[in-house]
Amino acid sequence: MSNYVINHLKELESEAIFVIREIAAQFENPVLLFSGGKDSILLTHLAKKAFFPAKIPFPLVHIDTGHNFPETIAFRDQLVEKLGVKLIVGSVQESIDKGRAKEETGADASRNSLQIVSLLDAIEEYKVDAAMGGARRDEEKARAKERFFSHRDEFGQWDPKNQRPELWNLFNGRKNYGEHFRVFPISNWTEMDVWEYIKLENIDLPSLYFSHQRDCVVRDGVILANSEFIKLKENEEVVNMTIRYRTCGDMPITGAVESEADNLDKIIEEIATTRTTERGGRADDKRAETAMEDRKKQGYF
Amino acid sequence: MDYQDIELLRFTTAGSVDDGKSTLIGRLLYDSKSIFQDQLDAVEESSKSKGFDYVDLSLLTDGLKSEREQGITIDVAYRYFATPKRKFIIADTPGHIQYTRNMVTGASTANLAIILIDARKGMLEQTHRHAFIASLLRIPHAIVCINKMDLVDYSEETYNTIVSDFKSFSSKLGIKDIQFIPISALNGDNVVNRSENMDWYQGSTLMYHLETVHISSDHNLVDCRFPIQSVIRPHTLENQDYRGFAGRIDGGVFKPGDKVKSLPSGFVSTIKTIELNGEQISEAFAPMSVTMTLEDEIDNSRGDMIVRENNVPEISQDLEVLVTWMSTKPIQARTKVVIKHTTNESIGMVKELKYKIDINTLHRIEGIDRLEMNDIARMSIRTAKPVFYDAYKKNRQTGSIIIIDEQTNETIGAGMII
Ligand SMILES: Nc1nc2c(ncn2[C@@H]2O[C@H](COP(=O)(O)OP(=O)(O)OP(=O)(O)O)[C@@H](O)[C@H]2O)c(=O)[nH]1
Ligand SMILES: [Mg+2]
Repeated sequence: MSNYVINHLKELESEAIFVIREIAAQFENPVLLFSGGKDSILLTHLAKKAFFPAKIPFPLVHIDTGHNFPETIAFRDQLVEKLGVKLIVGSVQESIDKGRAKEETGADASRNSLQIVSLLDAIEEYKVDAAMGGARRDEEKARAKERFFSHRDEFGQWDPKNQRPELWNLFNGRKNYGEHFRVFPISNWTEMDVWEYIKLENIDLPSLYFSHQRDCVVRDGVILANSEFIKLKENEEVVNMTIRYRTCGDMPITGAVESEADNLDKIIEEIATTRTTERGGRADDKRAETAMEDRKKQGYF
Repeated sequence: MDYQDIELLRFTTAGSVDDGKSTLIGRLLYDSKSIFQDQLDAVEESSKSKGFDYVDLSLLTDGLKSEREQGITIDVAYRYFATPKRKFIIADTPGHIQYTRNMVTGASTANLAIILIDARKGMLEQTHRHAFIASLLRIPHAIVCINKMDLVDYSEETYNTIVSDFKSFSSKLGIKDIQFIPISALNGDNVVNRSENMDWYQGSTLMYHLETVHISSDHNLVDCRFPIQSVIRPHTLENQDYRGFAGRIDGGVFKPGDKVKSLPSGFVSTIKTIELNGEQISEAFAPMSVTMTLEDEIDNSRGDMIVRENNVPEISQDLEVLVTWMSTKPIQARTKVVIKHTTNESIGMVKELKYKIDINTLHRIEGIDRLEMNDIARMSIRTAKPVFYDAYKKNRQTGSIIIIDEQTNETIGAGMII
């Protein structure tokens, strides 16, 4: 009988596909929040597997901060084209122009928290009742607390002290008018699982994840890509470095790592020996001890 | 061993408030070198700013603001680590009675429970409650860690007393495999490394147990159960007649060519293909997610179940269940509720409250007229349509239900079908 076991990657895959199918079955207007990072690319890949040979039965939503890596946008457009799925873009610039969101000022200004406004606007406009995302519990201590089916009140808020119990694989997606759910099918995956699976399944990724040369600025120990979105401070200089990214958020806040890893095997080897978390380079998490929890309560991804 | 081929063990912590569950998980992560430098720096920083003279490892899992302020766990934290032997998913659950439902959440998917007991305090009501819940949920393995041995001079006598107390309680529970280990979560004795303070203990460390406990498939491989999640109909020219049934196998082994029966229709057909993403699968078993096609055009939809012709589950509108009650709002007989079972949902009615269980003595209290939050009780439920189920002890998936409040949509009860 001992033959009838599946390895842990297959078990995680199976769990994620089960959850994605539950979302499609339990909700009327689900969407997949596509950031362009490896986790949302993985999620899209799993969604494709879940419904094959049919197409993915929900649109991808991208909240465009206007500060994206150009590689991310190019990759997104190709993927959408290949899968034949609908893409909805929620624009932070538009939210700013409409006066719904206010741009931060100063050298460390970021549009990270402004995404909340555009995201909640998009959810309202398209009457989204479930937004699935590629967040993983191992990323961050507040995320470690999140359910698979995470309930949001009519203001899009998360109440971490009063979450619904979630038992076995019986996901309760029932809700009252105006409320919605955030759902996280790859909750139980670690960074290592993601890379191992990407290798196993041969999933395409943007070139950002692989070692390359880039002009960078080192700020507070974080390596940032030099771009039009960054204002150099005094004493800061631009250096050309050999880097890659472990996560991809906005250009001005996503830290790179110095790395020669230019293929999946080398990346996996690098992750096995690394001593910092992947979000260790995210300036958005460094603002306060509970920065992630605070943003999540308001409706962040 | 190849990382891709290691097994997955899901375990949960259990025990009373402040017994050291989160500290133990922190210690386990720390000593197995699964903590990253930036996480450790952050925890050292906040321990210092709180004025502690040691690093509070519970801060590694107590991630919410209110948890860190109060020094208790409120909701489950999921943590992950891998050794060359296994990959682990940990659910660190709260000990406080008010958050018992979060403990049940973390424990419902576990195949092993670490039950902590503070050596100074021995068994408390919450120890009873959590051990009982672990047995109700049929978690097959338990490791009882007698913690804070550093505070009782590493006394063998104290340890032995607690072990025998636990054994006399657990003899009524029916957990098959129970191990006992004296530890200090704070200092790391017998967690990953052997203790130098307890020569009298000859057993192995917690980590050794976790890496070696025998977890051959805890799934049912005999009774074939495939609840349908949805029907895949591509509506494309090349796949015009394709009808695939999407779902996850909950029991048994399915193969193409097998004669199967659809419930509730009772129609019989033969499995044509089992596939995922177009790849053919020769044998499908729990917990695999697959898409199944049948030889005949059968009108199946979500909530239906595909089983073997000569091995069908119970089919009934009357369920006898053991429940843990999770709502602050008490429930009485004759209350209308929503029942969720596999991929099926039905209106239901709580017909009768039979008895609840005294958590300390495990005696039945009969003649009750309501259930309060955290009660564990037996009730009968009548559903509006037939449910296809197995007893929970036979299959954790097809034997479990959740009870949902019709008005608030909250999950208010977890039920195990008898
Ligand atoms: N001396 C000593 N103190 C310990 C030990 N383990 C835990 N503690 C302390 O006990 C207190 C409670 O520890 P936690 O790990 O937060 O307890 P818990 O079981 O997770 O508590 P809840 O999650 O709120 O139920 C903390 O102050 C720990 O430092 C131990 O082995 N020895
Ligand atoms: Mg705790």
